[in-house]
Amino acid sequence: MRRFYLLLGALVIVGGALLYVAGKSKGGSSSAVTDVPPANDGFKGYTLGSDSAPIEVVEYVDYECPICALFATVQFPTIREQLIATGKVRWRIRDYPLRISAHPNSRYAALAAECAGEQGKFWPMADSLFLHHDWAMTGKDVSGLFRGFAQGTGVDLATYDACVQSRRYAGRIAASYQEGEQLGVNGTPTFFVNGRPYPGRSTSDGFKGYVDSLLAHRTTRR
Amino acid sequence: MRHRQVIAVLALAGLFVALYLYFYKIGVYGELKCGSGGCETVQASPYAMLLGQPVALYGVLGYAALLAVSLLGLHPRWAAQRWPTLLLAVMATLGFAFTAYLTSLEMLVIHAWCRWCLGSAVIITLIWFVALPAALSSRRLRTGS
Repeated sequence: MRRFYLLLGALVIVGGALLYVAGKSKGGSSSAVTDVPPANDGFKGYTLGSDSAPIEVVEYVDYECPICALFATVQFPTIREQLIATGKVRWRIRDYPLRISAHPNSRYAALAAECAGEQGKFWPMADSLFLHHDWAMTGKDVSGLFRGFAQGTGVDLATYDACVQSRRYAGRIAASYQEGEQLGVNGTPTFFVNGRPYPGRSTSDGFKGYVDSLLAHRTTRR
Repeated sequence: MRHRQVIAVLALAGLFVALYLYFYKIGVYGELKCGSGGCETVQASPYAMLLGQPVALYGVLGYAALLAVSLLGLHPRWAAQRWPTLLLAVMATLGFAFTAYLTSLEMLVIHAWCRWCLGSAVIITLIWFVALPAALSSRRLRTGS
C-alpha cells in the first residue's frame, strides 16, 4: 500500500511539473503585434452585401470588446437577414482595436481576421472570433486558439502563419484606427450610416427602423 | 482493492490530461503540443463547449471524482465496502459513454483528431474496463454468499 501512495505522489509531482513547463513554454506571442507596423495599403474594410445597396453601414469594431461580440452574435444575424440579404444595406467592417490594457489581444485578433480575409475567409473568421469570445476574458496568449479558428474556416495555415508572423496587415489596422479617431470614434462598436454617425440603438430593430426611414425618405424625395 | 488502486492511478493521469486541455481552453497556454493542428481545430469547434463551460472542465471534474472515490475506497474505513466499487463502475460508464460521444463527434462532425482527447478516451476506457468487471464480480460474490 505504501508503494502505491509513493507512486501516486510521484505521478502528482511529474504531472504538475509537466503542466507547469507547458505553461512556461508558450507558442508565438500575440504581444508581438505592438511595434511599428508595415505601411498602410489603403484598404477600407471588408464588406458584406450588394455593391449597389443604397445604404452603407460602417462598423468600427474591436474583436475583444464584449459589446461588439454581443452585437455580432445576437443582433447581426437578423440584420444580415433583414437588411443585407435583401439588398438594402452594405455592411463594412473597420478595425478599431482599443488601446487599453484590458484588451491586450485586440490588435492580434484584428490581424488574424485580416490574414483570414486575405484568403477570402474574413467573415467566417470574424464570426469565430466573436462566437468563441471566452478568449477575451483571459488576457492570455491566444495565438494557438486563433490559428485553430483560422483552420476551421478552411484557410491554408502556412499562408496564414506567414501573414500573422510578418504582421502583413498591421499598417492597415493602424490606418483604420487613425481614420476612426478622426471621425470621432471613441468606443466600440461605433456605426456610421452613409457617412453619418448612427443615432439609433445598436439593435436589429433599431437599424431596421432607421434604414427603412432613410429608404422611405429617398422614395418621397423622388 | 487492487482495482481501486489502478483506477486511482489512471484517474490521476486523466486529470492531468483534462487539466492541460482546460488550461489551454481558458487561455493559460498559447498553443497545444499536439503535433498537428487537430487539437486546436477540435478545441475551437462549438462542441468544445457544453452548457457554457469548456468540455475539458467536465473531464477535470469527472476524473477528480473518480480519483476521490477510488482513494476513499482504499481507506481502511471503506475498504471492505461495496459502494465505492459500484460507484466507480457507474461513474466510469457515464464517463465512457460521454467520451464515446465526443470521439464520434471528432470522427463524424469535426473531421479532426485531438491527440490529447484521444489520450483521455483511452484512459477512461481503461478505467471502464477495470471498474465494470470489478463491480460485476463484487455483485456475484455477494449473490454467492
